[in-house]
Amino acid sequence: MDDSTSTIVRSLAETVQQMVEQFHARVEEFRGDPTLEVRADQIVPVCQALRDAEGFEMLVDETAVDYWPTETPRFYVIYQLRSISRNQLLSLRVPLDGNEPVMPTMTGVYPNANWYERELWDMFGIHFAGHPDLRRILMPHDWVGHPLRKDYPLGYEEPQFTFNYEQIQARKLNPKD
Amino acid sequence: MGIDLQKDNPSIQGDPTNSTTKTGNVGVVTARIDDVVNWARTNSMWPMLFGLACCAIEMMGAQAANYDMSRFGMELMRASPRQSDLMIVAGRVSRKMAPVLRRLYDQMPDPKWVISMGDCASCGGVFNNYAIVQGVDEVVPVDVYVAGCPPRPEALIHGIMTLHEKVKQERFKLVG
Amino acid sequence: MEEMILPTSEAMLDGMTHLVSERALEGETLLLNMGPQHPSTHGVLRLLLELDGEKVITVIPDIGYLHTGIEKNMESKTYLKAEVMTDRLDYLNTMGNNLVYVLAIEKLAELDVPPRADGIRVIFTELQRIASHLVWLGTHALDLAAMSVFLYCFRERERILDIMEMCSGQRMMTTYFRPGGLWRDVPSGFEDAVRDFIKMFPARIDEYEALLTRNPLFLERVQGLGVLTKENALRWAITGPMLRASGVGFDLRKAKPYSGYEQYDFDIPTQTAGDTYARYQVRMEEMRQSLRIVAQALDKLPYGPVRSNNRKYVPPPRSELGVSMEAVIHHFKLWTEGFTPPAGTVYSAVESPRGELGVYLVSDGSPKPYRVHWRVPSFDNLQILPMLAKGHLVADLVALIGTTDIVLGDVDR
Repeated sequence: MDDSTSTIVRSLAETVQQMVEQFHARVEEFRGDPTLEVRADQIVPVCQALRDAEGFEMLVDETAVDYWPTETPRFYVIYQLRSISRNQLLSLRVPLDGNEPVMPTMTGVYPNANWYERELWDMFGIHFAGHPDLRRILMPHDWVGHPLRKDYPLGYEEPQFTFNYEQIQARKLNPKD
Repeated sequence: MGIDLQKDNPSIQGDPTNSTTKTGNVGVVTARIDDVVNWARTNSMWPMLFGLACCAIEMMGAQAANYDMSRFGMELMRASPRQSDLMIVAGRVSRKMAPVLRRLYDQMPDPKWVISMGDCASCGGVFNNYAIVQGVDEVVPVDVYVAGCPPRPEALIHGIMTLHEKVKQERFKLVG
Repeated sequence: MEEMILPTSEAMLDGMTHLVSERALEGETLLLNMGPQHPSTHGVLRLLLELDGEKVITVIPDIGYLHTGIEKNMESKTYLKAEVMTDRLDYLNTMGNNLVYVLAIEKLAELDVPPRADGIRVIFTELQRIASHLVWLGTHALDLAAMSVFLYCFRERERILDIMEMCSGQRMMTTYFRPGGLWRDVPSGFEDAVRDFIKMFPARIDEYEALLTRNPLFLERVQGLGVLTKENALRWAITGPMLRASGVGFDLRKAKPYSGYEQYDFDIPTQTAGDTYARYQVRMEEMRQSLRIVAQALDKLPYGPVRSNNRKYVPPPRSELGVSMEAVIHHFKLWTEGFTPPAGTVYSAVESPRGELGVYLVSDGSPKPYRVHWRVPSFDNLQILPMLAKGHLVADLVALIGTTDIVLGDVDR
């Protein structure tokens, strides 16, 4: 029992170690899960190697985090790869700089990244080069702005209590609202 | 509008099978036209399927066997706005959906009523942000608001009863 | 008054000409809009269909009509207040959403959960799975014109909702699971109610099966429809009953057990055909297995506390507030500022009735989450709908949407 679990744990660590050596990636570990940090131009070969050689068949999740006002890096795109045959989960992180970042698409390796990357374009403004159909998916097609960025306001309606009723009323565009 | 058949119509006294009533020999009933029309409208209000989110599941639960809405005449939920007269906006209305909502409301023929079911439809609910319309009365005129997140099927039925009360108060006006 | 820009404006359609075949642009095939308001789309899903007569050539799903901005809204609320919003994502699996969020916080904060809380969590998650499958079955059968199944399923669902209301006060959006355990212990009528349900339910599943499983009308409509091969399922990251109906027996409850699932003895139903009928069989069998888990969990349920003792995350009981100053301070900190887990990122996933539901939680050491991302199964399951629908008839689309078991609250977040 111990041997089989230790084989599995060593297997993931071995995979991670090989990726670090092969692609000069960095690895971090938190709460028992390793995360590979890879450069944007290398992410597609890394995932290709993981899918073909190491049996990570599924791209489970592709998301991004915005660290504004830190400009370098501002965004991190995170991939979660799952291997059904080996029962492992591996996370990958890609740092991106600037306000209009561009990075290569993952749809060639994992076709289900199509909608995930459309959502990242919609919500964060990250452009994916080579994506077949990059348009907005969740917001209306003519929406301006990328809502999940940290400098985009939440857009909430201020609750008007009796103590601030007059001040908020003065700020409104249309007094009947 | 209550009439006592046995007392008022001497021709059916002593007629156990009530065959004369069945042949249509009941007599003449007089009532106010407002009452008759409102009675007809409330007892056969057809809701339009507008379940958007979680409240739709409670609306389906209200339609199902435990809290039957068919007892109030709402057996059919018409999908087409042209064949319905009540729109129950059940669920959160996003900014992308708001024009669609208005368009469907405009496609319903008069007389039409709107029940705003749930907190999200009434006032934006839990979600006070860029994506949700803060109260569906920004888009369509609402008659009854039903609170709850989601409101119990009984609360929805209470809302419908309140709407029935409201409809029964409507009066006709002679134009011209 | 400015002109209202409706979703079907020319600009939007111009941006999509690369998705339809050339025959559509010439007008040879029909472009039909299966609008956001439709009785069979199970929510606000808009499908743009390209039809050649009755045959479907292309399906373009247009989502976002239920986009609620939950991910952004959770960033501006403390962890506990944000949990209230998690119920509203996949509104048929409310307790599962709570569970995955709470598991992510507990992984981040290395919080312990007492075994009684784990057992009750398992009972409620499995009951929620049964309730979700009942809604699936009811609406799927309703779309295929078997209306009595809908009424029967909702009758059973009311029993489960009664149990939830007994414990938490709310039928659907319970927020019953909290970091460190549960909100409060179950009341005294809980065990009897669950045992009654366990006794009554298998006969009801037999009833549904008697109505549908060998019904030639049902079989005609669903057999051979929307075949999903094993390779496609893995390439497109399909999880849940759709994956298991295509031959891959992968279930997170067995592969990476959480909340004590390793103590319970249950099977993972798998089929190889990959069509709509196989998915139906998988989900029906899953209901039986869930009931098995509930029975075992109820038998093994230990006595004990239902919340952790870690006062940095769990408020003290009110009786302690009168005697201990520390309890008052903890209470004050938790209700004004909220708890502050350590900085870091975790990904935590559970098996929801639809597939793998995961939370990617980024914390920066403040009382509010820095980023919460939800990996929702319906998002991936909906992506393959165009692939499944190719070559079938328009009437089959309704059955296909039913079999993918999507919930638009999930897809649009």
